[in-house]
Amino acid sequence: MSEQLKVPTMAEYMAEGKQPEILFWVGSAGSYDDRAKKITKAFVKLLNNANVDFAVLGAEESNTGDVAKRAGNEFLFQMQAMMNIEVLNAYEVKRIVTCDPHSFNCLKNEYPGLGGVYDVIHHTQYIKELIDAGRLSVKGDTYKGKRITFHDPCYLGRANNEFDAPRNVLQNTNATLVEMKKHKRTALCCGAGGAQMFKEPEKGDKDVNVLRTEQALETTPDIIATGCPYCNTMMTDGIKAKEKEDSITVLDVAELIANDQD
Amino acid sequence: MDYLSNIIFAVILIAGVGYFVRNIKKLIRNIKLGHDIDTSDNKNQRWKSMARIALGQSKMVVRPVAGFLHIIVYVGFVIINIEVLEIIIDGLFGTHRVGLKVLPESVYGFLIGCFEVLAVLVLVSVIVFWLRRNVINLKRFLSSEMKGWPKNDGNIILYFEVVLMCLFLVMNATDITFQNMNAGNVVSQFISPLFGDNSDTLHLIERSAWWLHIIGILIFLNYLYFSKHLHILLAFPNTYYGKLTPKGQFNNLEAVTNEVKLMMDPNADPFAAPAEDDNAEEPAKFGASDVMDLNRIQLLNAYTCTECGRCTSECPANQTGKKLSPRKIMMDTRDRLAEVGKNIDANGGAFKDDGKQLLGDYITKEELWACTTCNACVEACPVSIDPLSIIIEMRRYLVMEESAAPMELNNMMTNIENNGAPWPYNQQDRLNWVNE
Repeated sequence: MSEQLKVPTMAEYMAEGKQPEILFWVGSAGSYDDRAKKITKAFVKLLNNANVDFAVLGAEESNTGDVAKRAGNEFLFQMQAMMNIEVLNAYEVKRIVTCDPHSFNCLKNEYPGLGGVYDVIHHTQYIKELIDAGRLSVKGDTYKGKRITFHDPCYLGRANNEFDAPRNVLQNTNATLVEMKKHKRTALCCGAGGAQMFKEPEKGDKDVNVLRTEQALETTPDIIATGCPYCNTMMTDGIKAKEKEDSITVLDVAELIANDQD
Repeated sequence: MDYLSNIIFAVILIAGVGYFVRNIKKLIRNIKLGHDIDTSDNKNQRWKSMARIALGQSKMVVRPVAGFLHIIVYVGFVIINIEVLEIIIDGLFGTHRVGLKVLPESVYGFLIGCFEVLAVLVLVSVIVFWLRRNVINLKRFLSSEMKGWPKNDGNIILYFEVVLMCLFLVMNATDITFQNMNAGNVVSQFISPLFGDNSDTLHLIERSAWWLHIIGILIFLNYLYFSKHLHILLAFPNTYYGKLTPKGQFNNLEAVTNEVKLMMDPNADPFAAPAEDDNAEEPAKFGASDVMDLNRIQLLNAYTCTECGRCTSECPANQTGKKLSPRKIMMDTRDRLAEVGKNIDANGGAFKDDGKQLLGDYITKEELWACTTCNACVEACPVSIDPLSIIIEMRRYLVMEESAAPMELNNMMTNIENNGAPWPYNQQDRLNWVNE
């Protein structure tokens, strides 16, 4: 992205004695993974365009511990959680937005029991909020007429019952939204959850992401939209496995909206 | 009057119900082998879930064909069983169709007419169910865990239902006074001619069908405990105790919280002697390697599972040929629990170590590590069973008690411990993306 992004940290806000409207939890994928960093930047562009007073923790952010918990390492999860909660509570954070449904679920549902109570929302919910409030506008011509199918992230959809926000946001692009046969409550996982992202799959006859990609291809889409950095990786790999990378792109909801700005 | 038949009836009834109660007590004892778990919250919401999911069958109709047929069998069984009340009264007091004495003929006729129609609908549904299991060969009934007893169990239940419905119709068809009344014999009037018009023969067939019907019901009642069919009772408590928090929320282990707090407390004395408490329990085991390490709801889940396989057919790992099957997780948990129960019975009320456990002897690591924690199985279950929570408990045991995670996951966790990310990047570089 050519224009310079404004990304203030909580420490800078603190130094000025101010509180941001919202904390942007970048997450490990969003900070380090090359593909996910593009999603992070697209979302920050939207925050900048909407003049949102936000901040990040920067080097003070650490892994939520979500993936350790799903792998069965409750110790590591709680260590991470308590360290993060100490930082978040010291900054008196009230509201958190994140592009990662796994961080979203973990911060929203699993931190409160350990003393970290915040209003946590997913970036697709926040983008919807900004559009509804008139703070963010979408041109609606970049993807006009294109076929977009949205792949529900398990930890946003089934796990937290949010199916509508990403779809409502996508409607602003004037694209044609097409649903896979398995969508919303019955959506098939991309194959990355439960720490699978970090290991080889067990022996089987197919990879989960390939199966999910095949389901997406049935809708003959131009674009597969995702709302999770891990789903994005899995679906991108699936498209490559099916040799469709020339005709179909995998983009996060934030990227689609950021590309459709004035 | 001859009281012999009344006495025989009472003995059979008491024996049938008594044996059932004895087994249900065992079942409750087995469930109580699990950890206690507080479920006193949200009573209203829990009753509502039970009414909606168990009574209202709301999740059955997600798959319309099986759902519709199931509702017929469910409604049929519940309503036709009102007839059992009459049979019991008749049997105990030597009356015949006592319903006619308390109800106007038209009302009684209407009721029996409904039962007869339902009996036919149940018969048709059960035949379709049998075809689905044995002829159409639906994939989810052919998995490896369905071989042998589970397949026979499913069929035996269907045969029971066919026999009971037929006996009910034959009983009505051969009842001369009932047929002469000509109210409510909407179905049985067409079967009646098949049995001729010799009144002695008819009476003999009627009595036989009547006795076999009630004995059949009592046998079926007692079959439940040994079968997957317990769901007809346990679906109700199971949906009441179902998970109410968001599906993505996994519980935080309290024993771990205490230790982590101690580790992070700068004022804690690392050399402090353990608090003196003679009643101190042995340190809690992290996670689960056997059924006693699970909680009571998880064990209730295991007994409630009716092996329909909707979970497995939605599981991404299973759909792509991995060994994991959430249904098998539930069946293994139940089978191990039954084995532990028998062990306790055989050893005078105390469990004697049999060198076996749920982990390894029933459920393999390969199955556990194939799970994506996507919750598709939990969503698919028509009676609120949570196979995922058992998988996670067993992963916890593998990781925290045995350090037996796959190597790549150990690397990932080491990275998180060392630099706060699953990859080997420096935490100080977390904000580098801004200027890249």
